[in-house]
Amino acid sequence: MTPEMTRVERLDDMIAARVGGRGWLVAVLGAALVAISALLPWTYTDAYPENLTVYFYPAGPQLYVLALSVVALVLLVGERVDVLGRLVRLAVPHGTGGTVRALALGSFLISVGVVLRMIVLLGGSVNVDPGGYLAVVGALLLMIGSRVLPSDDPLPLRAKLPAAVEIAIVGVSMLVMLVLVVRGLALDEQESFSAFAVFAGFLVFAAARAGLIGWVSQLSSRHYGVTVAAAFVVAALFPFTQGGANRYLNVMANVLIFAIVAIGLNIVIGLAGLLDLGYIAFLGVGAYTGALLSGSQFSTVDWVPPFPVVLALGALAAALFGVIIGIPSIRTRGDYLAIVTLGFGEIFRITVNNLGGTGSGPDITNGPNGIPDIPALEFFGWNLGEDLNIFGFELGFFANYYFIELVLLAFVVLVFVRANNSRIGRAWVAIREDETAAAAMGINTFRLKVSAFVLGASLAGLAGVIKAHLSTSVEPTQFQFLESAFLVAAIVLGGMGTVTGVLLGATILRLLPEKLRFIDEYRLLIFGAALILVMRFRPEGLVPSARRAREFHEEEITERLAREQVAGSPVTGSRGGQP
Amino acid sequence: MSATAAPAPAPAAPERAVPVLEAAGVTMRFGGLVAVREVDLVVNEGEIVGLIGPNGAGKTTFFNCLTGLYQPTSGEVRYRGTVLPSVSYKVTDAGVARTFQNIRLFQHMTALENVQVGSHTRTKSGLGSAIARTSNFKREEKGSVDKARELLQFVGLTRAGGTLARNLPYGDQRRLEIARALASDPGLLLLDEPTAGMNERETTDARDLVFAIRDRGLAVVVIEHDMRFIFSLCSRVAVLVQGQKLVEGSPVEVQRDERVVAAYLGEPTGADESDEEVLEVLAAEERARTAEPTPDHDREATP
Repeated sequence: MTPEMTRVERLDDMIAARVGGRGWLVAVLGAALVAISALLPWTYTDAYPENLTVYFYPAGPQLYVLALSVVALVLLVGERVDVLGRLVRLAVPHGTGGTVRALALGSFLISVGVVLRMIVLLGGSVNVDPGGYLAVVGALLLMIGSRVLPSDDPLPLRAKLPAAVEIAIVGVSMLVMLVLVVRGLALDEQESFSAFAVFAGFLVFAAARAGLIGWVSQLSSRHYGVTVAAAFVVAALFPFTQGGANRYLNVMANVLIFAIVAIGLNIVIGLAGLLDLGYIAFLGVGAYTGALLSGSQFSTVDWVPPFPVVLALGALAAALFGVIIGIPSIRTRGDYLAIVTLGFGEIFRITVNNLGGTGSGPDITNGPNGIPDIPALEFFGWNLGEDLNIFGFELGFFANYYFIELVLLAFVVLVFVRANNSRIGRAWVAIREDETAAAAMGINTFRLKVSAFVLGASLAGLAGVIKAHLSTSVEPTQFQFLESAFLVAAIVLGGMGTVTGVLLGATILRLLPEKLRFIDEYRLLIFGAALILVMRFRPEGLVPSARRAREFHEEEITERLAREQVAGSPVTGSRGGQP
Repeated sequence: MSATAAPAPAPAAPERAVPVLEAAGVTMRFGGLVAVREVDLVVNEGEIVGLIGPNGAGKTTFFNCLTGLYQPTSGEVRYRGTVLPSVSYKVTDAGVARTFQNIRLFQHMTALENVQVGSHTRTKSGLGSAIARTSNFKREEKGSVDKARELLQFVGLTRAGGTLARNLPYGDQRRLEIARALASDPGLLLLDEPTAGMNERETTDARDLVFAIRDRGLAVVVIEHDMRFIFSLCSRVAVLVQGQKLVEGSPVEVQRDERVVAAYLGEPTGADESDEEVLEVLAAEERARTAEPTPDHDREATP
């Protein structure tokens, strides 16, 4: 047991000693106070973003804590009422304890954050009205009370609903995610956005604690194909929410590029277990290929082939580069591989930096100036630089790139999933698990590792070609080591070897700095801290892979098997019950 | 379960012995130290051969030489007449499969996936067909699942298919390793201490399993410390002491041999060999193990 754990337990013991059996009462009181505080003004000046000065008219953070506390209140009270109790149990299959704790922490963080920010921004605690303090006190009480609530007691989720209803539930939860993202993007003030981000984050966290996320993911795995299709449809709806504006379409287009590359790298790291720290170079190869063949006036190549050809050439060039880098690097293992790939990544950047014709080499890449002025993509008469008009909806021209990237992402996900569920994918995972045993099982480890490396590289090459057109200029500085590190961070944060997790990790890592400009300066500091927290509290990443998830639910499964077992066969599942 | 219905040890006297494995003069040297010296071993079809010897006698080193994990300093290993290359995956491809002394399963894969990995060399579909999901791929994938299920059933793990290897009980992990080795359709199976850490009941099950494997038409070589297990299982036993083959013969012959008794009781077998040498062999093997040379490309590093 780690010291942190015991400290939390000691705290819980202390709370239990003081509060005793009155935990529920304290929690209810706290939730009620928070709810009331949301109806009071938190400050008297409207200098703070979103007007928090009006009685009985909650705005921004007040609304968020109101929502969180009302949900907590309903769960707490409903549980004790006979008829409602069963409904609550159904809505919160994992038990209310963990859910309320998550809601409590969320409202506490929001109220404390807002009050502190008011003091800093408005200059002194005079500016905080009692409502603000009441929210903090209420949230604190809610937290204390919820700590001594009985802990979770998961109900097995095996209820089957009609398929259409199940699919509808999955679809609706995806739409909720879309609405949360769109709402969040629409908030311009950093204070408003931060409060909303915490709110949304803890809403999802509470849903996970309640067992709802697990339930939805169970439903979605039952209707896998439909779910994936629905996810892409929902993602394709995003441009329509932007009302013709380009700003966040551009941001999201960049997020998608990052996500595509992260999925590609996930093949190399998550499946084959090869820690590649120079992966951004493959994106660079694709980007330079795209830029050189784009017809930009700064390109040193005059040939402008049609886009599909460029795409194929970009993938091919990156794959070739992957072979060149892979064959020597893959002879090393573990840390050495990481260092060698890091070196190759830097070699790529420095090489394109020096191929400007100023020294002894030829002029291919324009050196540090890069290749600017890359024209918009033309694709079967479809100019991606023009605004779109679909069914009367005006979309900014970045929507073009967004849609193309969505298609590419679908392709990359398809490649990832299908490769994973195949003989080759199993061999990769086997190599990751135990290379010597894998070789003894007849796997040509060297060849398979190179194939993972090259497949990952070619996917990054595809993304690179589009990136060149998206950002209209390609320079060596875009392909620094730091970018590779961020890709690895996205994978670790989201969950190695998963698609959903890596998409989530990539989105968080790219979107948050766009919204929170102040993060930009402290980006490395904050991400470093976030990674440490993830490693400490959730080493499998935000979304654990199916294999990891199986590890957690193993006991459940073996118990069920043991129950199903008719005769006493001594061999299988005999250990399941004993923890 | 076919494993439990296995017969008692059959006298291994086929009319004409067809050699499956012929190891001739296998020597493995780690620097100045000879871990295996001039060992010959012939395994015939349908035979179960035991390989015994005190700790550090070089049994596992010899196994590693047979399976291409080490390249023997001298000597050659033939499987059904053709010389085996010293490359691990090629040896498996040729038809020699093995298990490991310290279980080396793919921990985070399910039991079924583990066995499917075992059939890697017997399936051919590549990345392209996997991504395109061609009909060939689907057929092969189904075949590999069916075969894996059959093998799991064969070793008595019918219900464990969806369980992660690391969550299986110890004895089941040993069985799973055998199923995984069998998935490569080998003609010869090398078992490195298959009953280590097992209780009596499990040991009996393991013996029945080895008989069942023999009845599938495989030749088996077993390294073991459990003498009762070896003598009730094998038609022929070879004793390895300090890297050299001391005796080879039927279980009865070996049990009676004074030199074997002496070796096991720790009496020096030769004037120039001492306990330090045994320790040195142990240490060298340990070093080799921790260095984990890859079969195909790191070999140059270990001369």
